[in-house]
Amino acid sequence: MTALAERAVSALPAPRGPLSACVLAALRDGGPPRDLPPVRDPYGEDEQLTLYCLYELHYRGFPGVDAEREWDLDLLRVRQALEREFRTALRAEVPAGDDVEQEIAGLLTEPAEADGTGVSYHLLRTGEPWQLREYLAHRSLYHLKEADPQAWVIPRLPAAAKAALVTVEHDEYGAGDPERVHARMFAAMLRSTGLDDGYGAYLDSAPASTLAEVNLMSLCGLHRALRGALVGQFATVELTSSPGSDRLVRAMDRMGFPAAASAFYAEHVEADAVHEQLMRRGVVQPLLAEEPELASDVVFGIRASTLLAERFGDHLLSAWANGRTSLRHTLSMG
Amino acid sequence: MRARSRVEITGEGPVLVYGAADIVTPDGSTVRSERAVTALCTCRRSRRFPFCDTSHRDRERRRRPGAEK
Repeated sequence: MTALAERAVSALPAPRGPLSACVLAALRDGGPPRDLPPVRDPYGEDEQLTLYCLYELHYRGFPGVDAEREWDLDLLRVRQALEREFRTALRAEVPAGDDVEQEIAGLLTEPAEADGTGVSYHLLRTGEPWQLREYLAHRSLYHLKEADPQAWVIPRLPAAAKAALVTVEHDEYGAGDPERVHARMFAAMLRSTGLDDGYGAYLDSAPASTLAEVNLMSLCGLHRALRGALVGQFATVELTSSPGSDRLVRAMDRMGFPAAASAFYAEHVEADAVHEQLMRRGVVQPLLAEEPELASDVVFGIRASTLLAERFGDHLLSAWANGRTSLRHTLSMG
Repeated sequence: MRARSRVEITGEGPVLVYGAADIVTPDGSTVRSERAVTALCTCRRSRRFPFCDTSHRDRERRRRPGAEK
């Protein structure tokens, strides 16, 4: 199933409102978007899904959609309008700052384990296997393209920062071993926990808060003007992932999943302990030494990704606390 | 003759070793690392010794001097 799943690219998702209906119809029919409605809620289901699909044209696209539509001016105009609202909303919500060192120190301080809140703590303490599967389904939207949004920033960095960032990316892409490509290891985990490993298989199931996190990465990756924010976003993931991954390994162990199933997270405990060092010493410091004016963008990237990650976590925990699915559709187990 | 290795002592956490490495642990066993960079634990708190798992990090909010309670 692996070879097949890797080739199978997701079909277009179902629309979630007038905007996505309009853009998805344009993608399906090959024509321009007609009677485009305005952007209402930048974080809304309709808007985030539309943005996600427009970004997808820059990654692997959709079957039946001409690859050239990546540079279709009408679609790019829609993307730009959505991006403007998304950026404005984030800038309004996230306090501005330029003290990168203090921001990073905050990320490196872990709560005592008993005090921790958040999804990985919940899964470790009392989470149930169905909740872990839901978490993986959400996360598949990013992890099946893990490290891809951050690859856009490579040519936009000065040499020293570029060298260290590529060392991190090289590791994400398996350091030359296709079996160790993180996206592939995640696909293996999906299979071993009974989930669908198809690229985009859970797009229809993923709510706006899941898509918003990935959209922030694509936004910052595709805009050279936001390269500082991309580095901030990437640093946030790499600095916080190691302890979180360790909790997920222990959570899966407690739930009785075999070690092979949690290999993806086990790998991230060690790998991201290295990536943290490379991001801080190799990427952020030399980047700011050369382009100190990017400091406020780095802080923005850190705070915006933290905000969206918290919102995503709150969504999952509140759905589960009410005994509901955190997805738009309950998982059907294959 | 082995190629010269780069080893970086971070001072606040692990020692970084650049290039694949054979690590001999205190019990005499050898662990291989094929990573481009390996972070070796120096605080002995790692659950994955000899590799760093970031257990050296502060476990609570940093308290500012003078900020009692």
